[in-house]
Amino acid sequence: MALLKRLAERGREVLPFTLDGQPASGMQGDTLLTAVLTGGDYLRGSDFSAEPRAGFCLMGACQDCWVKLGDGRRVRACATLLEAGQDVRREPGRCQ
Amino acid sequence: MKGSEIVIVGAGPAGVRAAQTLVAYGLQPCLIDESLRGGGQIYRRQPGNFKRSAKALYGFEASKAQAVHGTLDRLRADIDYRPETLVWNAEEQTLDTLCNGVAGQVPYQHLIVATGATDRILPVPGWTLPGVYSLGAAQIALKFQGCAIGERVVFAGSGPLLYLVAYQYAKAGAKVVAVLDSSPLAAQTRALPALLGQPATLAKGMYYRGWLTAHGIPVHQGVQLNGIQGQQRVRSVEWLAGEQRKTLDCDAVAFAHALRSETQLADLLGCEFSWSALNRAWLPSRDDSGRSSVKGVYLAGDGAGIMGADAAEMAGELAALTLLGDTGHPIDQARSARLQQKLDGIARFRHGLETAFPFPEDWAAKAPDAMTVCRCEEVSAGDIRQTVAQGHWDVNRVKAMCRVGMGRCQGRMCGLAAAEIVAHASGRDIASVGRLRGQAPIKPLPFGVEAEQ
Repeated sequence: MALLKRLAERGREVLPFTLDGQPASGMQGDTLLTAVLTGGDYLRGSDFSAEPRAGFCLMGACQDCWVKLGDGRRVRACATLLEAGQDVRREPGRCQ
Repeated sequence: MKGSEIVIVGAGPAGVRAAQTLVAYGLQPCLIDESLRGGGQIYRRQPGNFKRSAKALYGFEASKAQAVHGTLDRLRADIDYRPETLVWNAEEQTLDTLCNGVAGQVPYQHLIVATGATDRILPVPGWTLPGVYSLGAAQIALKFQGCAIGERVVFAGSGPLLYLVAYQYAKAGAKVVAVLDSSPLAAQTRALPALLGQPATLAKGMYYRGWLTAHGIPVHQGVQLNGIQGQQRVRSVEWLAGEQRKTLDCDAVAFAHALRSETQLADLLGCEFSWSALNRAWLPSRDDSGRSSVKGVYLAGDGAGIMGADAAEMAGELAALTLLGDTGHPIDQARSARLQQKLDGIARFRHGLETAFPFPEDWAAKAPDAMTVCRCEEVSAGDIRQTVAQGHWDVNRVKAMCRVGMGRCQGRMCGLAAAEIVAHASGRDIASVGRLRGQAPIKPLPFGVEAEQ
């Protein structure tokens, strides 16, 4: 159920990573946002309704693409390049 | 004067030209930029291992983009270039930065603020659904990542970016379902005299528009995107042609109404702001030479008013020349005068664009109560109206009462829209409801930040 569709630059090296503990793959040069959304359809749940969000501005302004890495760091998925073996976790958000 | 005494924030067209000018006069400025590889948003570079040509990425603007990139690459040895570095606070003579989780401080005597712009967003119901992006985001997905935001994309809103991005998508092989332009054709005809001052820019705009029509892509003018439907992601859009409701199946939407300036740093620096009717926004005041109201602080590019990339290059050079002149360097006065003259010409064109793509002034009146305005804090148009009904009409007070604009993005996405609703609901002019104050950190800082050793 991919959200983004790759149109170009499809010959790059494939990088394995895990998404919420499940094996996934992206490509060298992908942002985390691209790597996650070319396979799935959300990045996080909103803080107040847990509704799915998948980023919005892609330029580090809207703050709606934060994901968590295995080492506990939270990063903006649109501005962080994928590295092989990364453990990427989507936070479900909260319902009020 | 030591190089590090001059700091430039932002490595887009304005920041790069400012740095180049300072280096030409023998100085070594520090150039701080949040992105990986510079170029700003419009000339954003793809990752190093991508292979598309500049022509494929930037079209008519390829040579300009390459010139800015080439200049930045050549400058690297002569300047203190700090990519992937966020300036999150600015005080007198010191900037607070964050790079790879490490916090630092950068002192300055003189500062050129070239912080650029983001999309100006007027929310529509359903805009928080996965698959809905700003126009700028849709362009970045393609340019920076080689991706479309979906299989079947609707482009909506107004402004020059609308036709450009729709064209770029169709050209790259994406399915463009339709372009929904909120500005009527009559407005564009009315704007022609002012637009003819920059015939090349006008021709490009007309080319994109014509190309879309020639390739069978429906372009509707004077219509409104009324809502985006879907459960977990976009399924369709509803739009209005006059009173007529229409729907289109799609799985992605890109929308915006032109651009808004990133002004938080200028705000923290204490720069005086004034209302710009043209931009329909509060902007840091700058004189014709690029000086802000604060001694030693200069403003260049879209961060102090939307003028576009060509103007940003000129304004960056001009601000640097002004700074040099102010610090006792003998500068080329004729060059400064020429740059000011050219910027005046672009300003006239900018007025024409505003006529061609007018701000939809009825947006606030039509915004439904249930619509989310603030996507961070999930504050609806109705929540804002209720707050106004309690007697509040200053946007900062409204923010304190109902949390609109208080979330992680600090009102970057919702602040202007919230102000429109406050103005409409309180019966005040948009210029009289105030502006959201910037707060440090201007973007969220993660826990566990280390101090620089």
